[in-house]
Amino acid sequence: MTEQIIEKIEKIEKKHEKKETLRDSIVLKVYRANRLAGEPGRYDSVEVPVQRWTTVLDALLHAKAYKDPSIAIRYSCRMASCGSCGMKINGIPRLACYTKVSEMEGSTITIEPLANFPHLRDLVTDFSQFFLHHRNMQPYVQNEHADIKDREKLSEFVQKPEDLDRFLQFSYCIKCGLCYSACPTVATDTKFPGPQALSQAYRYFIDNRDSAGKGRTNIVDDKHGIWRCHFAGSCSSVCPKGVDPALGIQLLRGHLLGFSKNEKKIADLQERLNKN
Amino acid sequence: MLQWRENTEMEKMSDRNNREGIKGWLNPGRFGWERVAYWLQRLTGVGLLAYFVGHIYETSSLTQGPDAWTAMLELTQTPMGHLILLLVIGMSTYHSANGIRLIFTHGGKGLGKPGRPDYPYDAASLNYRQKSGIWIALILAAAAMLYGASVLFRGN
Repeated sequence: MTEQIIEKIEKIEKKHEKKETLRDSIVLKVYRANRLAGEPGRYDSVEVPVQRWTTVLDALLHAKAYKDPSIAIRYSCRMASCGSCGMKINGIPRLACYTKVSEMEGSTITIEPLANFPHLRDLVTDFSQFFLHHRNMQPYVQNEHADIKDREKLSEFVQKPEDLDRFLQFSYCIKCGLCYSACPTVATDTKFPGPQALSQAYRYFIDNRDSAGKGRTNIVDDKHGIWRCHFAGSCSSVCPKGVDPALGIQLLRGHLLGFSKNEKKIADLQERLNKN
Repeated sequence: MLQWRENTEMEKMSDRNNREGIKGWLNPGRFGWERVAYWLQRLTGVGLLAYFVGHIYETSSLTQGPDAWTAMLELTQTPMGHLILLLVIGMSTYHSANGIRLIFTHGGKGLGKPGRPDYPYDAASLNYRQKSGIWIALILAAAAMLYGASVLFRGN
């Protein structure tokens, strides 16, 4: 069993192996604009020294510290946990702290703000719209049987490991917005909730502790909702945490279309039958 | 009624600021085969719609008598007319074959199961079944076009 798992991981690692090119320096072509002040956009080129382990965020911070302190960047943890440093690197949405300079092709790296997010300044975008879509999905467990007012009656929710596996993957989302930026439907429809919000809807829909499934499906069952997803798969290909939003969306749609059996409903019916 | 429509903040931000729009559909190769398949599905859909409009126009010439209909048919017998028909064969074959794949995926079938992702992450939904489906659609379209070309251009 262990050998099989190791073999599988080695196979995946080989598939994801990236060609490294070692250089002493790199040119960052950074998009600059202050949208709030009405400034037109331009690209500034900054040359920075790099090592084998330098990430795009390291390079940007070097440029900010020693070349141009006015470059606006949003970042925090530097280890792909906070999801703050999402930006378009060589045309693809990525986390700057998770992208090594040595894995990039060419000696110039083009860095732009995330597409499909309202632009504020340089590489900083506004996430309020994105977070609002997330909030609209009611991203919290709702259980009508749990008495949250009476402390005496409060108890833990019991859940089997296989129940956890149904949604755990989707709860790893760090809300970095890369999927939202890569989605071709978000690019043309402002009211489409996007892959992040829809996969979170599935995360709570399939959680057997939650009993607000119907309410959530009513939210996504809209002409600007889940039906606008055409499975381009770009959200899953750019996700830095292996969340696979496209999978969550298709599985949720399978439930809406009646292709997949709703185990929560089956369990509920079973419970009622047992009572009778 | 969805909450976002009631939110004035949302309305303020939804000014399409920095949205890629249709331009975002260009260069599909940067996101992998699934994005290419999506782009082709859209493109062939628009192409088939244009053909459908043209086809209605073509057959409506019947109402103007046999001469008008014969003249219209002669247009399709030119090399350019054959090339357009070849494109239509390719577009309709790809659109149908890839469409069948999408019917299954939209119903959550053939995508794999959610699990506990391990680094380096490999998206379960972008699996070999999907890639095989895309390749089958492309190969079928190419084969149909080749057969169509052999029939259409045999006379020339």
